[in-house]
Amino acid sequence: METLVTLLDVGFFAALVRISTPLLLASLGELLSERSGVLNLGIEGIMLFGAMTGFTVAYFSGSLWLGVLAALLAGALAGLLMAFLAVVLGVSQHVSGIGLTLLATGLSFYVYRLVFGQPASPPNVVPFRPWPVPVLSDLPVVGPILFNQMPLTYLALLAVPAVAFLLYRTPWGLDLRTVGENPRAADAAGVNVWRMRTQALVIGGAMMALGGAYLSISQFNAFTFGVVSGRGWVAVALVVFGLWSPWRCAAGALLFAALEALQLRLQANNVLHVPYQVLLMLPFVMTIVAMAIVSRNARAPAALLVPYRKEER
Amino acid sequence: MIRVRLERREVTPAWLQVAIPIASVLVTLVLCAALVRAAGADVIEAYRILLLSTFRSGYDVQDTLVKAAPLLFTGLAVLVAFRAKFWNIGAEGQLMAGAVAACFVGERTFLPAVSLVPLMIVSAALFGALWALLPALLKVRLKVDDVVTTLLLNFIMLYGVTALLEGPWRDPKSGYPNAPSVRIEAEFPLVPGLGVHLGVALALAAALLVWWMMSRTTLGFRIRAVGHNPAAAAYAGIGVGRVILTAALVSGALAGLAGAGEVGGVRFQVTSDLSSGYGYAGIVVATLAELNPLGAVPAALFFAIVFNGAGTMARATGVPIYLADVIQGVALVTMVAGRLFATYRPRLVRPLAPAPAPGPEATPSPLAGRGGGVAAEGR
Repeated sequence: METLVTLLDVGFFAALVRISTPLLLASLGELLSERSGVLNLGIEGIMLFGAMTGFTVAYFSGSLWLGVLAALLAGALAGLLMAFLAVVLGVSQHVSGIGLTLLATGLSFYVYRLVFGQPASPPNVVPFRPWPVPVLSDLPVVGPILFNQMPLTYLALLAVPAVAFLLYRTPWGLDLRTVGENPRAADAAGVNVWRMRTQALVIGGAMMALGGAYLSISQFNAFTFGVVSGRGWVAVALVVFGLWSPWRCAAGALLFAALEALQLRLQANNVLHVPYQVLLMLPFVMTIVAMAIVSRNARAPAALLVPYRKEER
Repeated sequence: MIRVRLERREVTPAWLQVAIPIASVLVTLVLCAALVRAAGADVIEAYRILLLSTFRSGYDVQDTLVKAAPLLFTGLAVLVAFRAKFWNIGAEGQLMAGAVAACFVGERTFLPAVSLVPLMIVSAALFGALWALLPALLKVRLKVDDVVTTLLLNFIMLYGVTALLEGPWRDPKSGYPNAPSVRIEAEFPLVPGLGVHLGVALALAAALLVWWMMSRTTLGFRIRAVGHNPAAAAYAGIGVGRVILTAALVSGALAGLAGAGEVGGVRFQVTSDLSSGYGYAGIVVATLAELNPLGAVPAALFFAIVFNGAGTMARATGVPIYLADVIQGVALVTMVAGRLFATYRPRLVRPLAPAPAPGPEATPSPLAGRGGGVAAEGR
């Protein structure tokens, strides 16, 4: 037990915040989509597509920020495609989402192979470096944990209050939530349901892709085919786990990130004789258990999965 | 501006059931031609190799059939579940569960040699079914969302198997984290005359059996009724929960059988990369088959042909092998979009007066018809 405690030092918490970045961005993106009434299962593919696009553009332009911009655009485009399928055509969100994931995944592999071929060693970029915040980063404990992080990590941390503000404190957020709960009432009140949902999917898609790009140009310095490895599905679970609230969603992301950070520590220090896969598995098991426990109270947006057709009742 | 109005069809004409998948595949190939061009290859030549290299030799035909078997199994698994509106995205994990069970049984030295293959098949179906039962129970009893649970269970299974393969179940004689190979007697026999393993024949038999079950038995009728309208099914006295559980068991068993085929006929051991996405591909197969068990056979064959030809195409033309994955994704998307034509009839509509220049054929706004229709912006 003592060894376990010594593992939980400042470095551990700094790693936790770092690891939570893609989960925060992706789950908040998914949350926006779901609050508007659309489950976007394209998330896993969109993250990979963002990782590939961000890396490729950063590699050739030499600018990480251009890579970020490209990833945002790629994600927005993928969100637009999801909107065309799930909002305009109103087809099954489950199946079109899985289709988008397969499509974006295949496309990422295809484009990467086309651009880079099969080099002996994978091409890499110089990734983002930490941006210490003046003064604040010198604070004990809090400084290294929160204020000596990568720029995209700050962005992810700021995205939590930003999404909460957007959802609960702006007319746009009210419209979005109404569209997700009762599209017919929203429509009657003059809100354009299709437009709101499309906006949510486009913004959400951009956030998912940014989460992916963080992996390939910030957390790591290269794009690999397994770089996302299920983080998108974890984000879908986090939204349920967090009962569709940005704050609880973020808390869940930090918790899941803590498990992954712990797993890395234990693997490196070789103290606990538990297979590391058990710790990797834990977030998934916990989500299912949590879903079973809260299922009676869990209230997904009422119109989730229901396409809106103006003239149909 | 001319708008396209979609009117709900009363019945879907039979020819559309065949025409939509074929059209989706053609549209997919046309869309993906842009990618082939981007790779600097001749589109016709690349597609010729992609689609026809299966038919070069008996060996390639066999190879394609062997690749089609798990796709057919998972496709059937998905369609049975989807028919009951049980959103089983977990065929990948259920396949793995079946593979683990089959491999474990196939290694047992105390079992009589002749019992190995039948026991592997039965235990794989059983374990696959059990792995699907968990999310179905959560759905039926606690209303827990099945999409998320079936998805997550894939990862739980994968990490669990990897832990076993890197730990207690690792083959000490192998340099890789693999399970020990099954006994020689546990390797699936070849189908006489075809030269493909037993699993291929089982998959085909399963397609017929599932077709019979869905269209000729009470269970199949109940599954379709529950999927169509659970409230009406419950009103008619059908135990909706029980039907969903049964459909989940059948679905999981079919996916588990895919795992048995891969262990017994192809790999002879469990590796962590055993499945390579067959579970997700099953969703594409089922959708392309319009959830029709017999339609799953050509759908699975088509993707097996594409997967088989992609390697040859990549070597001959330099088009990345991942074209196969893109085709799979695009086909699913175009098919989902194309399905709209089965439910809706598109009709060109001119807007209400005052029109700027009413032509001679300007018609008044057509009545929306019974129940109305969907107005979609015209292109």
